[in-house]
Amino acid sequence: MPDALYLSAAILLPYLGAAIAALLPNNARHLEAWLAGGVALLSLCMVWLCYASIANGAVPRFEIPWVPELGLNLILRMDGFASVFAVMIAGIGFLVVLYARYYMSQEDPIPRFFAFLLAFMGSMMGLVLSGNLIQLVFFWELTSLFSFLLIGYWQHSASARDGARMALTVTSAGGLALLAGMLLLGHIVGSYDLERVLASGDVIRSHSLYLPTLILILMGALTKSAQFPFHFWLPQAMAAPTPVSAYLHSATLVKAGIFLMARLWPVMAGTEAWFWILGASGMITLLVGAYVAIFQHDLKGLLAYSTISHLGLITLLLSLSSPLAMVAAIFHTMNHATFKASLFMAAGIIDHETGTRDIRRLSGLNESMPFTARLALVAAAAMAGVPLLNGFISKEMFFTEALTAASAPTLMHSMLPLVATVAGIFAVTYSLRFIHGAFFGPPTDDLPRKPHEPPQWMRVPVEILVLGCMVVGVLPAATIGPYLDVAVRSVLGDATPEYSLAVWHGFNLPLVMSLFALAGGVLLYHLLQPHLRSGVEGTPLLRGLDGRRIFDQAMVFLSWRFARTLERLMGTSRLQMQLRLMVCVTILAATLALLPYGLSPGEVALTSIDPVVALIWIVGGGCAIGAAYQAKYHRLAALILLGGAGLVTCMTFVWFSAPDLALTQLMVEVVTTVLLLLGLRWLPKRMEERGSGSFKARARRLRDLGVAVAAGAGLTALSYATMTRVSPDGISRHFLERAYTEGGGTNVVNVILVDFRGFDTMGEIAVLGIVALTVYALLRRFRPAAESIGVPEQQQGDAGAWLLAPGVLMRLMFPVIGVVSIFLLLRGHDLPGGGFAAGLMMSVAILLQYMVAGTRWVEDHLRVRPLRWMGGGLLLAAGTGLGAMVVGRPFLTSYFAYADLGWLGKLPMASAMLFDLGVFCLVFGATVLMLIAIAHQSVRSQRAAPPPVVSPSLPAMAAGDD
Amino acid sequence: MELILALAIGVLGGSGVWLLMRPRTFQVIIGLSLLSYAVNLFIFSMGRFPVGRPPVLEPGTMGDPAVFADPLPQALVLTAIVIGFATTALFLVVMMAARGLTGGDHVDGRARDR
Repeated sequence: MPDALYLSAAILLPYLGAAIAALLPNNARHLEAWLAGGVALLSLCMVWLCYASIANGAVPRFEIPWVPELGLNLILRMDGFASVFAVMIAGIGFLVVLYARYYMSQEDPIPRFFAFLLAFMGSMMGLVLSGNLIQLVFFWELTSLFSFLLIGYWQHSASARDGARMALTVTSAGGLALLAGMLLLGHIVGSYDLERVLASGDVIRSHSLYLPTLILILMGALTKSAQFPFHFWLPQAMAAPTPVSAYLHSATLVKAGIFLMARLWPVMAGTEAWFWILGASGMITLLVGAYVAIFQHDLKGLLAYSTISHLGLITLLLSLSSPLAMVAAIFHTMNHATFKASLFMAAGIIDHETGTRDIRRLSGLNESMPFTARLALVAAAAMAGVPLLNGFISKEMFFTEALTAASAPTLMHSMLPLVATVAGIFAVTYSLRFIHGAFFGPPTDDLPRKPHEPPQWMRVPVEILVLGCMVVGVLPAATIGPYLDVAVRSVLGDATPEYSLAVWHGFNLPLVMSLFALAGGVLLYHLLQPHLRSGVEGTPLLRGLDGRRIFDQAMVFLSWRFARTLERLMGTSRLQMQLRLMVCVTILAATLALLPYGLSPGEVALTSIDPVVALIWIVGGGCAIGAAYQAKYHRLAALILLGGAGLVTCMTFVWFSAPDLALTQLMVEVVTTVLLLLGLRWLPKRMEERGSGSFKARARRLRDLGVAVAAGAGLTALSYATMTRVSPDGISRHFLERAYTEGGGTNVVNVILVDFRGFDTMGEIAVLGIVALTVYALLRRFRPAAESIGVPEQQQGDAGAWLLAPGVLMRLMFPVIGVVSIFLLLRGHDLPGGGFAAGLMMSVAILLQYMVAGTRWVEDHLRVRPLRWMGGGLLLAAGTGLGAMVVGRPFLTSYFAYADLGWLGKLPMASAMLFDLGVFCLVFGATVLMLIAIAHQSVRSQRAAPPPVVSPSLPAMAAGDD
Repeated sequence: MELILALAIGVLGGSGVWLLMRPRTFQVIIGLSLLSYAVNLFIFSMGRFPVGRPPVLEPGTMGDPAVFADPLPQALVLTAIVIGFATTALFLVVMMAARGLTGGDHVDGRARDR
């Protein structure tokens, strides 16, 4: 169990620290540094505490089940290999924090920096400690995100923003591919558990999906590790603050790709595809990166390309699929992290103390900062592979492997020793350029600042790292040996080869290659002096190979030209077009679905035609078509016809045994008609113009008519085919049988609404309430068009006098309608009625008063507070549901009994009744709120909307286009 | 009888679809209302068309699907009617607001040259 604690603490501590760091004040530089440094050290301790059991061959593991059915569990595990990375992340993280404390200036927002840095540290830690493939991808994406934020830390600089964006685009595109690859891998293995995956090497390699899986996963790894052809983002990311570069681009972010490839090496390596993809990419990256590095004038640019080249070297080693190459790869990963981090820090010191990183301007800093110069010299020598430093040993191993692999028959294999030597020459050259260019030569005065040694503590991280380079370089077996051994064993297991970490292997071919590289490098640097001194930008021979330009062009194409073209071709902002497309697609989808089966009438005998139904539907159909025909110029007529169609629908419900529906439909019909009538007042006048349509307009109408007829015919055919078939035995039986016995009501429809599907109804009344509030809110800022502000001529004069008799009648009817409404509500559980119909009827009662007596009169005599009704209704409904939970039943469970009211009869007292009361209140409140809100617009003193911008198309509007 | 009702659904739906594709907001509102009649009737037709058999039980009994009308489509249509009312009201207000803002009653705010 302590292992579980250590493992989760190693990941959680940095995130926790990040959260705290983000909340500290802007000027708390000391506190931030102490916090971040402490967190990094604590994480390191956690890793160290686990290391004891790792050294004994155990693998601390911690698993929290999340969705075990899908194989998605949080698994943390740390084997020897992961522990090496964890130590680098926490250890170099600590040194970077220390360095950053002195590097970052007063003006920089420090909390943001340390918060991102710690969050990135936690993500990296999560990545290397993941024991589940999906979880690994998750942390992978987090590292991409936080590196984006870190690279773009100096938001004011355009190059930082561009560099961050490019890094994010490239690495997250790779991350997407990686996710797909991991899903495939999980599919092949049948589990996302890393241990299961690592045990299934043969299954994976022989699976038919091996190649796509491999390509997708390598896409992720190669983008992250900046390998050719995805290398171009790394130099752009140098716009980041130097501590970020030292951290991300030496030890962590770019090593994530290496980590992944080495992690999956035991189960995916050893095939032709593995060798060719990784070998080609690594070899090109190794050579091109080293070559380009020579010609960089920016110290950090030089280091960036040299990083790319070193990562290429490691990738190349991994591609060889030999255990010894694996040892070399892991060893070089560690070595590269130490010397490259210290070199980045040295470059940062130079930048910090002189104000420039341009090698052409720097010279002779050896005089002014001798300590820094010595440190950088040693680190650069390690990078170049000078004997007695750590870089030399891993480079020797690489040369040995290159020679061993050269015995294989292919051209690429036999080229390896040559490539290795040439890359070694280049490495010596650019290391020499870094040191000679910055520190040697005559001292110069032409610098933004007078150079001097940095603060002592700023140099300490560099000193520690350089010390590491030297100690490992001199006494490899005694210092790094055991750790390397644990790491190698955890990857290779029983296949761990015999290897020797000695400095001196006798005078052999690799040593000759090393010496040749050293001599060649010095010679090359000497030969290139004239060119380098001339200060020309760009790389000779490779000027055309500008990954950044290609990337930019691709981005412009994708995000601008291609997107615009697509939008032009496939998009429309016109509602008519969208609706037409929707209808057409619906018709098409229905047709396609029916195509294999055909659409024939069913086998049920037809019922005889009732002439009354036929007659009312002749009227109903006529109304519908009439409404469609008149809706443009004769809105009132269309509204009346719509009401006719609604009434016929209502009669159909009555006829075919649906009294509840008929009742509700009738009420809705009344309310809707009144609403629309209220809205008509604000619409522009439209005069009929016969024969105004152009030929095009007529053609459009004809096409729409065709679509409408097709839709109608389709609906007819579909409903006819359905109606002539026996209805399958659905869940209706369930409701019918239990409505009384379990729901306590005889009106099954009402019982379904308030009991069986009560939750649904509750959602529905909530929607109704939301709509009412939206209507209310929209109308509060309503600005009518200028020409419809004035009082319409029908309302001028004493309009009230016309309605005197109806007014008195309606006032008398008000209590009657109210009582009927309550009656409907109370009997709803057993007989047609219920909350919906009753609520609507009650609002009709109010509505009638508004219509006949006018808004002002009604509001003087009667105050309806719709918002309270709505709130009360919703609370009542929800409270009823919660009441069931109080007695330990699920939400909205109902209870019922009958209360005997003497001669009044029995009153059903189901708890559903209370629920229905809530429905009633809400429906009443919502309906009245909407009606009053719209009605009030006529009595409000209006401010007209500003006249719309007159567009050239205005004449077309007047001409009644379709 | 089935044919009459199928035709009724078709006519309501077809008229609704025609109005849906018209350029004026009022036409679209009327169209949506007609379309909702058609859809409600279509859902209702899933319970077929029994005459004189409302789904109201005798107290104390279990209902038999062979004797009573199918209550499920009715319950679904009842909620659909109320929600349909709510959307009509919302659309009406949006129509009023758009009319005030744009000065016209075209569905896109203003007509376009085509």
